[in-house]
Amino acid sequence: MELDNTMLARILTSLTLGFHIIFAALGVGIPVMISIAEWLGIRRNDPMYTLMARRWVKGFTVTVAVGVVTGTCISLQLSLLWPSFMKIAGEAIALPLFLETFAFFFEAIFLGIYLYTWDRFANPYVHWFFSIPVVIGSTASAFFIMTVNAFMNAPQGFTLQNGAIVDIQPLVAMFNPATPTKAGHMILSSYAASAFVLAAIAAWKLLKGSRHEYYRKALTFTIGLALLFSFGTALWGDLAGKYLAEYQPAKLAAAEWHFETRPRAELVVGGVLDPETLEVKNALKLPYVLSILATGSPNGTVTGLDQIPRELWPPLFIHYLFDGMVAIGVYMLIVPLLYFAVRRWKKGEVPRLLLRAIVLGAPLAFLAIELGWIFSEIGRQPWILVGYMKTQHAATTADNVGQMLVLFGLLYAFLAVVCTLVLRRMFANKPVEAEWK
Amino acid sequence: MTLETLAITVLWTFLYGYLIVASIDFGAGFFSFYCKVTRRDHIVNAIIERYLSPVWEVTNVFLIFFIVGLIGFFPDTAYYYGTALLVPGSLFLVLQSLRGSFYAFAHYGARDSMAYLFIYGVTGLFIPASLATILTISEGGFIETQGEEIVLNTGRLFTSPYAWAVVALALVSVLYISASFLTYYADRARDAAAVKLLRSYAVAWSLPTIFASFLVFLSIHRHNPQHFDKMMEISWMFLLSFACFCGALALQLKRRYYGWAFVLVMLQFAFAFFGYGIAHLPYLLYPYITITDSINSPAMSTALVIALIAGLFLLIPSLILLLRLFLFDATYVEGRPVRK
Repeated sequence: MELDNTMLARILTSLTLGFHIIFAALGVGIPVMISIAEWLGIRRNDPMYTLMARRWVKGFTVTVAVGVVTGTCISLQLSLLWPSFMKIAGEAIALPLFLETFAFFFEAIFLGIYLYTWDRFANPYVHWFFSIPVVIGSTASAFFIMTVNAFMNAPQGFTLQNGAIVDIQPLVAMFNPATPTKAGHMILSSYAASAFVLAAIAAWKLLKGSRHEYYRKALTFTIGLALLFSFGTALWGDLAGKYLAEYQPAKLAAAEWHFETRPRAELVVGGVLDPETLEVKNALKLPYVLSILATGSPNGTVTGLDQIPRELWPPLFIHYLFDGMVAIGVYMLIVPLLYFAVRRWKKGEVPRLLLRAIVLGAPLAFLAIELGWIFSEIGRQPWILVGYMKTQHAATTADNVGQMLVLFGLLYAFLAVVCTLVLRRMFANKPVEAEWK
Repeated sequence: MTLETLAITVLWTFLYGYLIVASIDFGAGFFSFYCKVTRRDHIVNAIIERYLSPVWEVTNVFLIFFIVGLIGFFPDTAYYYGTALLVPGSLFLVLQSLRGSFYAFAHYGARDSMAYLFIYGVTGLFIPASLATILTISEGGFIETQGEEIVLNTGRLFTSPYAWAVVALALVSVLYISASFLTYYADRARDAAAVKLLRSYAVAWSLPTIFASFLVFLSIHRHNPQHFDKMMEISWMFLLSFACFCGALALQLKRRYYGWAFVLVMLQFAFAFFGYGIAHLPYLLYPYITITDSINSPAMSTALVIALIAGLFLLIPSLILLLRLFLFDATYVEGRPVRK
């Protein structure tokens, strides 16, 4: 690996995005949980749900602040680190970037209103109503930014003339084939991961010996949402796989170590690859499954890497990332199912082992998001604009990218530490027992 | 009006909006640090916090909106400014990140930490200075093209009297705008002690502001005579700006109508800012980018304009709602519980 400008710019971009995505996913998911909890509190006249909404909002304010500042970083770094890319493709992605800013603006305005008007209206539904634009704004900005990323994976809606993009059809570029699967999968996984974080907090408290009714209620509520959204994420993930098979076969073939184009393709689970001989060892091979996943039929033909010139192969290690993501996705389905099974057939306390599994689910959910993103982004290498522009032609020519990498690394480390300390202190000082009258 | 003129007008208006709201925010951060050092924080902190809490995130978006819009309508700006500004842009981002996250952190425990208040106060002054430098660069003379490469001549930038004049203007006007607004807000909150203190800040920073404005005016003459000549053609705008300044100062000295005084301060900066902007045209980066180097795909420019108009229809009522709830609601401003 050579540390030239392109590589440094890639590392810095992935550092920013890798850090931002944690807070961005929380920013998209948590408002949904807050809004539903507040609504249930009003509707069932159960102040415990209202208290959940209030406590979650407090923590959310801290994470949303980090999300906003790191989001600012990435939106500017797009031009600072990839000016040549922005010069060529900037015009084609101008509309969704613009719309994303609007959605963000909308969300910011109503978040301010929502946070500071808790006791202001006699009718509680008025305050609840202000959570709707926050949910719409955060999910819409996730959608718009996903269309930009989808465009980089499946560029369309323009003609290339002497190295310049002309005759852009904005809506065709925005609603490219990758948009529906990418946006849906990301939004649902953000919801699922956020639900798991809130469930993990409740489970943690129960493990620590708190017997407060609040935590049991919060756990059932959030783990129910986690189940719903994990299921949605998995379904959408299947659609995303079918999209890859049709439009980006190189990414799918590299992820599955599928070297030879053929029908009745087998799915490779786990294993180790010999990079010289391209031999797969110790893998679990499931016949027909890849064909079913990719095409919906056991006899479907799946394009292999033999159809793609060697210099355009994505790195083959993305197989591990893909398997990791899928494994965690399965875990996120099984744990909530177990929870409800236990609640139904075994009355009384939830076993401590299951509570531990729920706590572990939160960091795993975010690990899955990171793995999924790294898989998706590395999987389109060497392209930055698949089929049109290679990553090495897009990076800045300016010096000092290395120093900036160190600078931002320190910044994110600092933010991570302070954010954790503040969140811990906030809730350690004010347990539910003190707030519940 | 051509499309690119419309676009740059809307974007410039957003930048002006950012100038006002961000100045209030940045200045407030500095004042709360300064008052902490001089042990007067109990007088002003409640006022500052009540105003800033609901709006801090919105402030940030004004700037992002301008940047994304500029790159969207004029993609060449991303290439030139993006390449040349890697280091200053990154430094700005770090400062902005520290400051933005501080606000949320401070709310939940870090408020009393002197170190953090220091960061908050000082970044509030460095950020406007670093942003003002980009306006300086847009005047030309600092970015050079060497073959394929675009280089920012930092040595020349740091030794340019014009650059320093702009930085000075940014610093003092942040403090002046902020103090004028907070005086008005404290007055509405009927907080006599805060009014007294903040008004003294407003008056104290008024003369440095106008002095720095003249300095910028004169140094632009040396740096970019062509721009200066165009500014002279619309000199009435700058004269109106000066008249507004005198009016605002008079009201503040007479200790009344602080609301109108702040409106005059906004007008003072509006005339100067738009006067400067109009004279800057057609260049976005002298002499490399003009506004005619805008997007060349008609379908995209139409889509952007439609998005812009639709977005404004969404944003303006929302902003009005925000202001009505937190700025024009007397009970909220006075810090009493509101119930409707």
